[in-house]
Amino acid sequence: MDFNDTPEEAALRAEVRAWLAEHAPAYDVRGAGEMPLAEGLARGRRWQALKAGRGYAKITWPREFCGLGGTPMQQVIYQQEEAKYRLPIDYFKVSLGIPIPIMRRFATPEQQARYLTPALRGEEIWCQLFSEPAAGSDLAGIRLRAVRDGDHWVLNGQKIWTSWAQVSDFGVVITRSNPDVPKHKGLTYLFVDMRTPGIEVRPIKQLSGGQEFSEVFFTDVRVPDSQRLGEIDGGWKVALATLMEERFSVVDVTGGGPGLDALIELACEVALEHGPAIEDSDVRQRIAEWYVAEQGLRTNYYRMLTALSKGELPGPEGSINKIAIPSKLQQQSRFAMDLMGPAGVATAPGARRSTHPFVGWLEAPGYRIAGGTDEILRNIIAEQVLKLPGDVRTDKDVPFNKL
Amino acid sequence: MNFDFSDEQLMLREQGRRFLSERCDTRAVRRILEGEQAYDATLWTQMAELGWLAIGLPEQHGGFGGAYELCVLAEELGRSLAPVPAASTLYLAARALTRAGSDEQQGRWLPAVAAGRAIGAWAVHERPGSQRRQPVGSFVSAGKLHGCKTPVADGAFADFAIVTARATADASAPVGLFIADLRHDSVRRAALGVVDPTRPCATLEFHGTPVESLGETEQVATVVDELTDGAAALLAFEQLGGAEVCLAMARDFALERKAFGRVIGSFQAVKHRLADMWVKIQLARGNAYYAAWALDAAGDELPAAAAAARIASTDAYEFASQESIQIHGGMGYTWEADCHLYYRRSRSLALMLGAPREWKERLAAQLVQRVRGETLRAVRPTAAQAQAV
Repeated sequence: MDFNDTPEEAALRAEVRAWLAEHAPAYDVRGAGEMPLAEGLARGRRWQALKAGRGYAKITWPREFCGLGGTPMQQVIYQQEEAKYRLPIDYFKVSLGIPIPIMRRFATPEQQARYLTPALRGEEIWCQLFSEPAAGSDLAGIRLRAVRDGDHWVLNGQKIWTSWAQVSDFGVVITRSNPDVPKHKGLTYLFVDMRTPGIEVRPIKQLSGGQEFSEVFFTDVRVPDSQRLGEIDGGWKVALATLMEERFSVVDVTGGGPGLDALIELACEVALEHGPAIEDSDVRQRIAEWYVAEQGLRTNYYRMLTALSKGELPGPEGSINKIAIPSKLQQQSRFAMDLMGPAGVATAPGARRSTHPFVGWLEAPGYRIAGGTDEILRNIIAEQVLKLPGDVRTDKDVPFNKL
Repeated sequence: MNFDFSDEQLMLREQGRRFLSERCDTRAVRRILEGEQAYDATLWTQMAELGWLAIGLPEQHGGFGGAYELCVLAEELGRSLAPVPAASTLYLAARALTRAGSDEQQGRWLPAVAAGRAIGAWAVHERPGSQRRQPVGSFVSAGKLHGCKTPVADGAFADFAIVTARATADASAPVGLFIADLRHDSVRRAALGVVDPTRPCATLEFHGTPVESLGETEQVATVVDELTDGAAALLAFEQLGGAEVCLAMARDFALERKAFGRVIGSFQAVKHRLADMWVKIQLARGNAYYAAWALDAAGDELPAAAAAARIASTDAYEFASQESIQIHGGMGYTWEADCHLYYRRSRSLALMLGAPREWKERLAAQLVQRVRGETLRAVRPTAAQAQAV
């Protein structure tokens, strides 16, 4: 066992480090304070363009699409090094994570030539219009209607929980094209220009007070059939392909919270009934348990990288992070607030998840739901890893409009 | 990054799995459970013939391999519930001799260990409570050991023991490590009733037993801690192997057993329980691998890595063995079903080197020291200052 790079990996890491050291500091937002969205986004776009020019925007992609034709392991190495800075890259995560890889698989060569590079350079942003008020975990239950009209589709309905919709130029959307067949069989996948008349984006205010998601309303939105991805009524296949996309990324075992070291420091500072919190046996036991959980996730990530380095592709096992980290953030935040007593509810204005436990406590419920609930992820482990049967389905062979 | 065992080590694991699945199925384990013998002496001899009892011993005494080989083998011993004194002999007594024994002492015992002719015991415990911090009542006077150790794993049939005892009868005398030949007639042994009869324990009374100091050990507490950490890393692999079997058994049963017109493995309550077992096992595996690396490197990382592995593996095994009975339902509560073999073993291993809470305390102490040390070095902002940012 060792934690060393292979010679090729080490060479790329050195190259990436040198490049980042030269360019990244000018774009780092650490200590930049609260930045208006437009300013942060502008800085992000400049960074993204620089990165794409160097081939680092999608290392596994060919050079014609801003890549290096590299391996998934090389992609991870870049991400690990980039994560040492705090760069304004969040705006592009969804865009380059799902819609753009789907475009590369399903769009025509002309469309790829038109859309991929601007997205990789951060000039255009894409969103994913999937969830609806009545369809979250059960995605195939979406209702947004697409009716064919000549060489166009006419869309009516509502999407929700769309990240970055307010800054997106385009979006991929799953629609109900045929309600007379069972639900998985009547879906069609399209891409839309977010400036098409009839599309209205309204931000959602979350329970934490943040506004990272939007509702998107579609009223008689006309989309040319040339913007269809996959077959008519074959959208489920395209949606499943989404799930096959890259699952590996840098894992932050703290879930963006202040982390265990900060909790230990806090426990050193505050006093409880019988003296300093850090001398309290219950506090020490919990600290040890969280360390074990975090170390378990970190070392599993090493195991995943080992497989990746040997050329294997990670499977559903990666779900372990999404199962373990959000709950841990919630519990750890609550525990840290408890240690502070009445002071746990208060902080100076402008606190972030990484600096004050109550922010993590407020945000954790959303984190346990977004991108796969705790329950759905346990189903994934049970069904895909342990090969247990799926739940009994009462809706599988019934036409959608008879459900 | 190569955070995995080498091909040769994986081959040894495979060999171990194959051999033990044929030679040590649960029928063989039950023969020990039901009291036919104290341990599987034939299996122990076969393990010696395969060379397994020489793993990790110094080469000049016939040994080969090291920490990694011992780890992969431990996983298979745990998987098969092998009723043999591997932990006492290999993970503790032989490692103590290797770490602290004189060349003469090593030469006297280690080749015999490798040949399967000498079973070792680790006799440090005297009364209920913490494993590491308990007062030592046993003492040595004029080269003779007086005192009582209990419980001692495999003590009823071990040939020698590594014993902690005060260097003189004086209550304030420093504690030393001694090696005792248990075949001497001043040793009285009494087998104890135990939660897992496939891992037997005994009380050992020493009435003036001739002993030798183990090498010239000075930092006894440090050596004992180091040996306990090493054994914890190895036991973590045994626990991991056992936990994997519990998950597999529960899963297979859930795919077979029908209730309310469908297999119970299709109910989310059951699926999620199995998924939770799987998650705990993954966390334990990562931690155990890291402990294997730390044990091999024998550096500063070992105490925290061993403690984390022990905590994670204990949690995974105890959860898996307990919930496996639950998933098996009434059948799981019978003597006939194998579930209780793992339930018993998981508890027995959980306490052998000290209970989980003691290991959590040990880990917390390491972490606090680390953070405080770093804070001093880096002069980082305190949490209170950071909150105000």
